[in-house]
Amino acid sequence: MSIREQFTIPKNYKWWSYALIGVGLISTLLLYISHGTSADEHVRSRFWASLLQNSVFFLLVVNAAMFFICTTILAWGGWAISFRRVPEAIASAVPVIGIICGAILLAIVFGGDHAIYHWTDAEHVKHDPILNHKSVFLNKNFFLVWTVLTIFLWWVLGKKIRTLSIDTDKGVLSVAENKKFVWKNTVWAALFMVVFALTVMSTIPWLWLMSIDAHWYSTMYSWYTFASTFVSGMALIAIFVVYLKNKGYLEYTNQEHLHDLGKFMFAFSVFWTYLWFSQYMLIWYSNQPEETIYFQPRVHGVYKTIFFLNLIINFLAPLLLLMKRDAKRNYMTITLLAVLIIFGHWLDFFQMVHPGTSKNHVPAMLYDLGIGLGFVGLIMFVTGRSLAKHPMVPKYHPFFKESVIHHT
Amino acid sequence: MAVKKFIVGSFDDEAVLFPAVKEVRKAGYKIHDVFTPFPIHGLDKAMGLRDTSLHTAGFIYGIMGTTTALGFITWALTTDWPLNFGGKPFFSLPAWIPIMFELTVLFSAVGMVLTFCYLCQVAPFVKKDHFNLRSTDDLFIMALGCTAKSNDEEMISFLQSVGAKDVTVEHKETEWWLGRYDKETKIFEKTKTELVA
Repeated sequence: MSIREQFTIPKNYKWWSYALIGVGLISTLLLYISHGTSADEHVRSRFWASLLQNSVFFLLVVNAAMFFICTTILAWGGWAISFRRVPEAIASAVPVIGIICGAILLAIVFGGDHAIYHWTDAEHVKHDPILNHKSVFLNKNFFLVWTVLTIFLWWVLGKKIRTLSIDTDKGVLSVAENKKFVWKNTVWAALFMVVFALTVMSTIPWLWLMSIDAHWYSTMYSWYTFASTFVSGMALIAIFVVYLKNKGYLEYTNQEHLHDLGKFMFAFSVFWTYLWFSQYMLIWYSNQPEETIYFQPRVHGVYKTIFFLNLIINFLAPLLLLMKRDAKRNYMTITLLAVLIIFGHWLDFFQMVHPGTSKNHVPAMLYDLGIGLGFVGLIMFVTGRSLAKHPMVPKYHPFFKESVIHHT
Repeated sequence: MAVKKFIVGSFDDEAVLFPAVKEVRKAGYKIHDVFTPFPIHGLDKAMGLRDTSLHTAGFIYGIMGTTTALGFITWALTTDWPLNFGGKPFFSLPAWIPIMFELTVLFSAVGMVLTFCYLCQVAPFVKKDHFNLRSTDDLFIMALGCTAKSNDEEMISFLQSVGAKDVTVEHKETEWWLGRYDKETKIFEKTKTELVA
């Protein structure tokens, strides 16, 4: 079988990515004019909360692609090699979105407003015993150091793992070289995994998202965020794989691989629901005011529709529509559900962030959707460029054959 | 009970078996079954077997488990014996979801094991006739069913031509039965295995 090695970005694709970035920029500008320039910091916080929600969500989603690569490396999984360049290309958006996200976060923390992060108000923290108690962790300096370090480490380690993979394109490796290659990959993937565990799976959601409701805490929160972004990351990979298959690339990727991507989408939707429910049920059951305060605007307040819609889109739809084997092997269903899942988890982030700043009314979601589409365009743009830079199939990778003969 | 006649080919290589299965099907012979020492990915597809209905059965059992749990707890805690747990409503769904989940898993798991046993016709004390015991060790056994119209000689030579190491003509019981092999010798009386090649 001949391989189309070189991805040339189709004109349509380029046009769409520019158009979406344009939509994002216009939405940002409109929201800035309508809310961002206001004299009231609570009105201003609407603008920043929207940027926070979108940038954090899409950063965690593209970083989930690197997490997927690292899990397959550590598990010695060979099945994903035939489309390995796709998650690699998606992960190359981490530095770009990371810089945007970091700038937004630092602007919120150091900008002087306290409407989103109450704990940044030093005067208030003095009189607030709970925040005072938490100030060892929730303070501006730690936020600055940890945020910068986190984004930098994701960038550097991700870059290293991508470079290792691209180095295999030079030619056939000997057995000894292959062994060394696998070992090097394992070491770097393990390092990434440690950083990932210390950031996405624990501290980063606490700092970036949970601290919006600074008095409240949940030990499930980081896992829940991780599950949300990982399932969206798998959906994003699936969309790109289907798109490239449609364009006649990725000759060695077939229904068997799509089936496994579908399994990931299915399984982690259920995993997300498990964590969602574990968090909700324990708080509902013990019924303590300082814990139920989080769910008050979400379950009984104005966010009620979004809260239950979230559960329908992210649990019932994947559970029922992806359960059948044929559905997971069908390009159409996978694409539709992948789009639905990404939108659903974006909505999940919407209801995680916005009730913290606007408890009594749901902000007009079209602005946020527009900004979200801008990030989608950015991901398309960076991923497309990165795909076009290197051969599409890592054909000298030691596990390549395993991926070609993959059977589910 | 029905004893039928089969042409049985033994293969000692997976790489020979696969094309052989395809050739045999292409030539129009009916494969009764292929027995292998280990599961071989893709063999079911090569043999043209339909997808198993085990998943559908599992889904139905799961739904049954969910409804059983929901129905029973609802009846017990709202109608039959309402109890006040910390001021929660009698119908407090979130607290029941773990139980509904557990019963879903239990019903689907037990149901699927039993269905699997039924579909494969295996169960304690149930016996099946076998073609060649070495299919549990190191040989791949392909059994072709004979009909009134089929020509034994032709099938034997065809199996040899696609790479079978031995070909035998065997009379075998196709159904399963309760009991012990040694007490069921009468079915073996009819059996006459002849090694033809």
